[in-house]
Amino acid sequence: MSSNFGVESLTVAEGARANRRRTGGGAQALPPARSRRRGIGWAQRLEITVLAGPALLMFLGFVIFPVLMAAYYGFYRWKGYGVPTNFVGLQNYVTILQDTAFHQALWHNAVIVVLSLVLQGPIALGFALLLNQKVRGQSIIRVLIFVPYVIAEVIVGTGWSLMLQTNGAVNDFLRSIGLDWLAHDWLANPKLAIWTLMLILTWKYVGFAVILFLAGMQNIPEELSEAAAVDGASFWQTQRRITVPLLGPTIRIWAFLSIIGALQLFDLVYIIWGQYVSSTAGTSTMATYMVTEGRNAGNYGYGNAVAVVLFGISLVIALLYQRFVLRRDTEGALTGGR
Amino acid sequence: MATTTTSTPVTAERGSRPARRKPRKDTRSGNPIVYLAALVLIGLMLGPVLYIITGGFRTNSQITTNPAGLPDPWVVSNYADVLASSTFWRQVGNSTIAAAVTTFGIVTLGVMASYVLARYHFRGRGAMYALFAAGLMFPITVAITPLYILVKNLGLVNTLPGIILPQIAFGLPTTIIILVPFLQAIPKEIEEAAAIDGSSRLNFFWRMVLPLSVPGLITVGILAFIASWNSYLLPLFILNNQDTFTLPLGVQSFASQYSVDTAKVLAFTSLSMIPALIFFSAFERRIVGGLTGAVKG
Repeated sequence: MSSNFGVESLTVAEGARANRRRTGGGAQALPPARSRRRGIGWAQRLEITVLAGPALLMFLGFVIFPVLMAAYYGFYRWKGYGVPTNFVGLQNYVTILQDTAFHQALWHNAVIVVLSLVLQGPIALGFALLLNQKVRGQSIIRVLIFVPYVIAEVIVGTGWSLMLQTNGAVNDFLRSIGLDWLAHDWLANPKLAIWTLMLILTWKYVGFAVILFLAGMQNIPEELSEAAAVDGASFWQTQRRITVPLLGPTIRIWAFLSIIGALQLFDLVYIIWGQYVSSTAGTSTMATYMVTEGRNAGNYGYGNAVAVVLFGISLVIALLYQRFVLRRDTEGALTGGR
Repeated sequence: MATTTTSTPVTAERGSRPARRKPRKDTRSGNPIVYLAALVLIGLMLGPVLYIITGGFRTNSQITTNPAGLPDPWVVSNYADVLASSTFWRQVGNSTIAAAVTTFGIVTLGVMASYVLARYHFRGRGAMYALFAAGLMFPITVAITPLYILVKNLGLVNTLPGIILPQIAFGLPTTIIILVPFLQAIPKEIEEAAAIDGSSRLNFFWRMVLPLSVPGLITVGILAFIASWNSYLLPLFILNNQDTFTLPLGVQSFASQYSVDTAKVLAFTSLSMIPALIFFSAFERRIVGGLTGAVKG
């Protein structure tokens, strides 16, 4: 399962949150269970174990356990065979933090995080506002803009890299409409490659943002914009003063998903630029660095240490975001925003 | 989507001053700018996809001389060749098995755990929910290296269970987060009535909860299927043998093997995206609806 799944899964999380928001619950808090007065007997304990046990075991075994093992393997120099014995302490981490290739990857990740927010957010918001009106054929439009998101990264990567070759379809198209000066070596030029990557990322993920924003807009009571219309507010005033502020929680959750996805970006870069080219083209990410230096080089101890660093960075950012940005959303659905 | 269709045609009549909103008929059919914007967006979104599909109907010389053109004449030999190859069908088979078993596992384990989280009151429930919710924040990328070692130690490298088991585990958080509110929305009265009728909680789960939660199960099932169908990183680590390749790995190896035969690569690529697209468009309502809808108890 690729990083794609992470984002997709979070789509639904947003949906669940949106549901709760609409019913007046906090966006973060677990809704109270329908509690029963009587205590739990052994029969009920058995039911809980039988029902929740398998999922819990799978989750602990294949999600939590590997992450913990990464921390352990990361202290060893290890080729992946047998039990690691060559304990090197923090040496792997020192190497990572001193490696300029990792610095570059980290920088690229930072650029991708920022540009994803700056490019996709406004574009998606604009299109969501337009499509939120009662447009005929809205459902078909929705399906169509979601198509790039549903297509596998491998297909997107293969297709785009064929189109973006120096003598590929994109340059040919640009020349045919008289824009010769725009035709470039999109993939190999280190000054351009990261922008090419952003173009492809925007293309693939903006539909997801649009769908998410549209779903969020549907939770905004229509009476508010009606009232504004009665008071003589123009379309854009209504959007700016009512829709966008009330969409705040959705936007903030989308931004969170976007940040986490950008930090863990792997598939598209690895497919389009491969393991060797990505660093010279200036598109390497922490995840491609991890795979290249870890598994492909046979240094599993080192690869695990990179995984720990990647995990740590993502965790810190996620926690800070939750603490300082998402927290507002628990303070009330309708008043949240500003 | 049912919750969102409350249209409000009364604005114009109700307002004492002339409302700025257009009368109902115009609002319905929308403004030309909106349609233009929608058209541009759709064109941008579908252009590359159409390029891949039509490219498969061209010859390599057509692609070389006129990269951005349309097929002239249309050739079907690329598609026919791919459809006749056993490699393609073996990869389709592997992808289908992996996706189907993953989906079944995720939905089964997910609904059972969600039922407990939604309907039982016990100590540690909040912690369990938080644990699964935390898993949501971290895609498989961060765990892939140790996960590969774990799968290797289990002797599952180069087997489909080697990707299925981790996929189920990593799919559970999504499933649980979406299903818990769903199951909580089933009215308590139904459960009480069942209890009065002498039905046990497990019985209630089978007889009432499962049928009522079918829409939610379909939503999470589709998401799980598409995610598995498209998954790349995990198979890349686990499957090294051509015989066990799933389609994404197949597309990549085909693209490097036939790098000079662009048309055939495009044909292979477009054929491999069809199942996910069909699945998505057939259940699009469920997915988008799953974002806003709630169970009708």
